[in-house]
Amino acid sequence: MMNFLKDTFTVLWVDLRFLRRHVVSTVATSLVNPILYLLAFGYGLGQGISFEGVDYIAFVIPGIIALTSMSVSFGGAAMKLNVDRLYYKSFDEMLMSPISLTSIVVGKALIGMVRGLLSCLALLAVGLLLSSQLVASPLFFLVLLASCMTFSFMGVLAALMIRSHADMATFSNLVILPMSFLCGTFFSLSQVPDALRVVLNVLPLTHASQCLRAAALDQSFPWLSLVVLVGFGVAFFIGSLRVLKRSST
Amino acid sequence: MEDIIQIKKLTKKYGDVTAVDDLDLTVRSGEIYGLLGPNGAGKTTTIRIMTTLTKPTSGTVRVGGFDVLEEANKVKELIGVVQQHTSLDRDLTVRENMELHGRLHRIPAAERRTRIDELLGYTGLSDQSEKMVETLSGGMKKRLTIACCLIHRPSVLFLDEPTVGLDAQSRRKMWDLVRSLNKEGTTILLTTHYIEEAEALCQRVGIIDHGRIIALGSPMELRKRLGMTTVEMLCESTKTRYQYFADRAEAVNYLRDVGAAEKTVIIRDSNLEDVFVELTGQKVGGA
Repeated sequence: MMNFLKDTFTVLWVDLRFLRRHVVSTVATSLVNPILYLLAFGYGLGQGISFEGVDYIAFVIPGIIALTSMSVSFGGAAMKLNVDRLYYKSFDEMLMSPISLTSIVVGKALIGMVRGLLSCLALLAVGLLLSSQLVASPLFFLVLLASCMTFSFMGVLAALMIRSHADMATFSNLVILPMSFLCGTFFSLSQVPDALRVVLNVLPLTHASQCLRAAALDQSFPWLSLVVLVGFGVAFFIGSLRVLKRSST
Repeated sequence: MEDIIQIKKLTKKYGDVTAVDDLDLTVRSGEIYGLLGPNGAGKTTTIRIMTTLTKPTSGTVRVGGFDVLEEANKVKELIGVVQQHTSLDRDLTVRENMELHGRLHRIPAAERRTRIDELLGYTGLSDQSEKMVETLSGGMKKRLTIACCLIHRPSVLFLDEPTVGLDAQSRRKMWDLVRSLNKEGTTILLTTHYIEEAEALCQRVGIIDHGRIIALGSPMELRKRLGMTTVEMLCESTKTRYQYFADRAEAVNYLRDVGAAEKTVIIRDSNLEDVFVELTGQKVGGA
């Protein structure tokens, strides 16, 4: 157990060294998209609109935080791993060392979580300034952590499966981008046709945004969604481990 | 001398392609063993299997007495691997790369620091320790890769094409480094495209082709087997014919008998490249 924790930290340590050198630019860059969404949808479209009993701006901020937790955690875990594996080949060094594959997978996911949390917390601070209807409860932080974890493991899985840098862009465009817009981030799921709602419910971001919104607006909390969200994370973790085991053939 | 690497009946298939074909190979403890072979002969695959990165289709591979499949972690503690391509993290400094390797091998912090300083000195990188890897020359990157691989004091060092892309000075520095590591007791298995490198460094050379070892011996033994003297005859304007003889006298006699006066003829010592070309039917690196 001690070895597992130490080894996992070793894997995280490398990426923390890198992050330390670029922390300001990394966080600032990751906030560009969410702030544009906030301006365009929160103020541009949603000015003066009230939605499910709250201002649209208070409604949309948890959604934007959810999509940020997805995109930043996913990218934070996937991009460096992708480069380490396919370009630097430094990932081979980890595979040839005596540390366990579990440590590698968890350590590589942790950097995504760190990055996701940094960006989301910055965004939350902005959100709390903009709307007095939002509450930053412990439950909110718990969900945020779960969301960052799930999408970090998704990033690890994607980075382990792809065969080229171009695949990564394709994956982002086909999976991450549609989820950003569709998964109840900017609108309520009650507005969409039943068939679409069924589809959206099998996507992890839908559950992240439902949970974050309920927690931030102090509404009745969809515990089942939290279970589904964490379930996705566990599945991505197991998937990553399997891919890594199989890849050494 | 005991065998530190034992490969028996190793086969590796990728779909229909057989990369390694029923290969037997042993490396003795303390030697520098060179694996020579044309592109695609199975060198890198064999190394990847010995270093636990690739699983064999069949056969057994033991390193230091441990099975690479069953006891992969024991094997990993014994070996250091310098891959053909640099495998450094280019977002880190020289020292951070070494630090990472030390941590990956669970070396305690204080000892890690001492060893890093030692190895940086040993590989001539002390002045570069705080530089980003990206700013190093090719030779320095290669030496850093070796320094990283030595931090856990491996008994066997795998060097896959250690001097590819290096200039003449860097190559000689690398040779000195390899020799001094070997003198200190590290067994070294290296693959190379440069035959003179194998000739200069290796006590034994195995020539691999189509996934099998087709010749094995010291560079001298292999040359003797072929003939110590080579005659190159330029015939039909561009084609060169090679003939091999036990010694110079035999070669001269032959030339006198065939009456080669009108042809351009070179008589010289045979080298390992002649052995290689004769056995594999091609120039190293050629198609």
